[in-house]
Amino acid sequence: MSATSTFNPPKTQQTPFFSLIRWFFILTFNFGVIGFIYQALQLGYMQLAGVVTTVSILVNVILIFSWASPYRWMVIGLAFMILFTVYPLIFTISIAFTNYGDGHLLSQAQALEVIQRESYLPKTGKAYRWTAYQSPDGNYVLWLQDQDGQSYLVREGSAPVAAKAGDPGIGEADANGIPKSIEGFTRLNPILAATDAKLPQIKFGVEGQTIQIRSPSEAAELRPRYVYDSATNSLTDQESGEIFYAIDGTYTSRTSGKQIVPGYQSFVGVRNFSDFLQSQALRGPLLQILTWNIIFPLLSVVSTFSLGLAIALLFNDAAMPFKRLFRTLLLVPYTIPTVITILIWRGMMNPDLGIINQLTRSLLGFSPPWTSEPIWAQAAILLINLWLGYPYFMLISSGALRSIPADLYEAATIDGASSWQAFRTITLPLLLVAVGPLLIASYIYNFNNFGLIYLFIGGGPPIVGATTQAGHTDILISYVYKLAFASGGRGVQYGLASAISIVVFSIVATLTLIQFRFTNMWEEMSRNA
Amino acid sequence: MILLIKVILAIVMVLFALFPVAWIVSAALDPTSQLGSQRLIPPNAGLVNFEKLLSDPLMPFWRWIWNSVKIATITTLLSLSITTMAAYAFSRLRFAGRITMLKAIMLIQIFPNLLALVAIYLMIQQTGKIVPWLGLETHAGLILVYLGGSMGINIWLIKGFLDTIPRAIDEAAMVDGATNWQIFTQLLLPLLRPILVVVGILAFIGTYGEFVLARILLSRAENYTLMVGLALFTDNQFAQNWGQFSAGALIGALPIMIVYLLLQDQIAGGLTSGAVKE
Repeated sequence: MSATSTFNPPKTQQTPFFSLIRWFFILTFNFGVIGFIYQALQLGYMQLAGVVTTVSILVNVILIFSWASPYRWMVIGLAFMILFTVYPLIFTISIAFTNYGDGHLLSQAQALEVIQRESYLPKTGKAYRWTAYQSPDGNYVLWLQDQDGQSYLVREGSAPVAAKAGDPGIGEADANGIPKSIEGFTRLNPILAATDAKLPQIKFGVEGQTIQIRSPSEAAELRPRYVYDSATNSLTDQESGEIFYAIDGTYTSRTSGKQIVPGYQSFVGVRNFSDFLQSQALRGPLLQILTWNIIFPLLSVVSTFSLGLAIALLFNDAAMPFKRLFRTLLLVPYTIPTVITILIWRGMMNPDLGIINQLTRSLLGFSPPWTSEPIWAQAAILLINLWLGYPYFMLISSGALRSIPADLYEAATIDGASSWQAFRTITLPLLLVAVGPLLIASYIYNFNNFGLIYLFIGGGPPIVGATTQAGHTDILISYVYKLAFASGGRGVQYGLASAISIVVFSIVATLTLIQFRFTNMWEEMSRNA
Repeated sequence: MILLIKVILAIVMVLFALFPVAWIVSAALDPTSQLGSQRLIPPNAGLVNFEKLLSDPLMPFWRWIWNSVKIATITTLLSLSITTMAAYAFSRLRFAGRITMLKAIMLIQIFPNLLALVAIYLMIQQTGKIVPWLGLETHAGLILVYLGGSMGINIWLIKGFLDTIPRAIDEAAMVDGATNWQIFTQLLLPLLRPILVVVGILAFIGTYGEFVLARILLSRAENYTLMVGLALFTDNQFAQNWGQFSAGALIGALPIMIVYLLLQDQIAGGLTSGAVKE
């Protein structure tokens, strides 16, 4: 032990060739990274720019300074670990305190830009007399005359231009100075124009110079609907005079409670967490989901371990023939990719057509409603997981059984213990010490066993009366997935989904700490390290 | 007598274990390809389902297999290189923060990156706006996310194996003027082969079977991995296309199954020392 701790490797020798390659790599790396960060900043991805900067500084330090040379062996792995494991963790935590999600996807500046593009048609103010022309394919142009007698021609999608009757493409004037025709268009008589349903909806001109018909006699320029006051961070509706203040990422009127869409991303404190704990609608399914999330992995671990151990005990008999063949065949469920296994079982458990239901119908006269009744759906999931999971514990237990010294059993037999007593007092306690940590690891794995839940029936059957898409077999992680990615119902809610993720994180972390304590893992690690 | 009961129990267990497999093989060979009308021994067994599967324009099956194999191979090779090099440093070199880092690696990988899936999705989406070939819908982006999880338990595993190789070997080589890199590539790497095979196969199978991240990051049919393709295929008219699905499941599962069963002893050894399939 002392020999190894005083062992000092020589400094990494560098040939000029290696050194050249290293510097070439450093230069290209920095060139690429700086370009990336620059663009990220341009697009407003501050967090992404921040983490990439941090990681690339770390990489540079490791590559440039010779004292950091041992870290060069792991620099790529470290960079990936920070980018794709540590950073998403931090990012999740930061999103959990925001309202990020449908209706709140933009930054405040972007949202204001969208809102300020909205316009309205003033009831009073500068107006034009108008005449409409229609083309054979249903397009319109307007001829406008203001109070000073100046006239304009305006089309959809291009700015109004000053024009006079008799200009190129424009016909001769009638008694009122209005052209009788415009090339490609025919003039509509006032009654036809006033009764045209489409015409008042059309916005002529371009953004910022939009003309719309206000009444049979008047057309007017649209005005921006909201005026922004940066001092109070509020928007005033020019049409109604109502003032909207920024409240939790949405401009909201304090008098009527009306809100302007879109809202923007903003910090909302612990609202997601309190929503999640207090909101009637959310809490209902949540409590149910949490309960199932605790029970499901427990039952899974108990059932897979029991069956695996039972098989291992069966084969612990030296007289057992064809051991190797049996073991190979029993291992098969473990070798099939999980996704495929679940889908196969889903087909076999189809309540109308599946083989299992055909069998139970003909043997027992009963067809279990695997997909529609909560309790049967839960049973189905446990059964599938039993099939998937027992081979693992079979392998683990048979290894552990072999390590139990045979003389313990001999002593027990001499003392007159039955084989059941020997199992209960010798085998089980010793085995549990050996596989205990693996049982906890298996619990943690199943606690987040998204694939199984999602692929079987997507967490269904649905919980009646829940406002979000929640089902009787949903666990927290599949619920998070639905909140974040499956639109419908209340839409995409990244903030809330992240908040629930954090709750799951904490549960997993607690279990892991228990596991470490249970196995004295830290001490063992420090000893081996 | 007791032995007879034991053998009968074992046979019952084998039936439980193999029935779904037998059923899927029979479904794949049954030309009627309907869930409801299937028999265990199909009357006119044939390869109709395989032909239909491979020619179905809605289901670019070869493409999915190719995608899966490509992604799993690249991820496995890269993550093996990353882990092995890091394990070498942790085992043979002495530097500040070595033990802390080993512990941190253990702690961090306990949080499944599944939990941060919202963040990962948004991050890849943003990255794609800057570097299109790393964004959503790209296999490179997916591989990067997979690699983020490669600094994990496997470092411990390989380091443990390295620790059992006597240092006298390295020291002798060093006296002869070998560099760390030469010792690593020419001396230790060949000795590491058995453990690398196990870790590599488990990593390959894990990536090949991964569903959630691939499902979130890829949404166009031609980009799917086999698992995503099969899972989404079953969303539509599962019962009618049962035969075709079974054929696909068989093609997807069989190679993995064979490798597993051939190497079962090595893999079982790896599992008991802490390797994970997922």
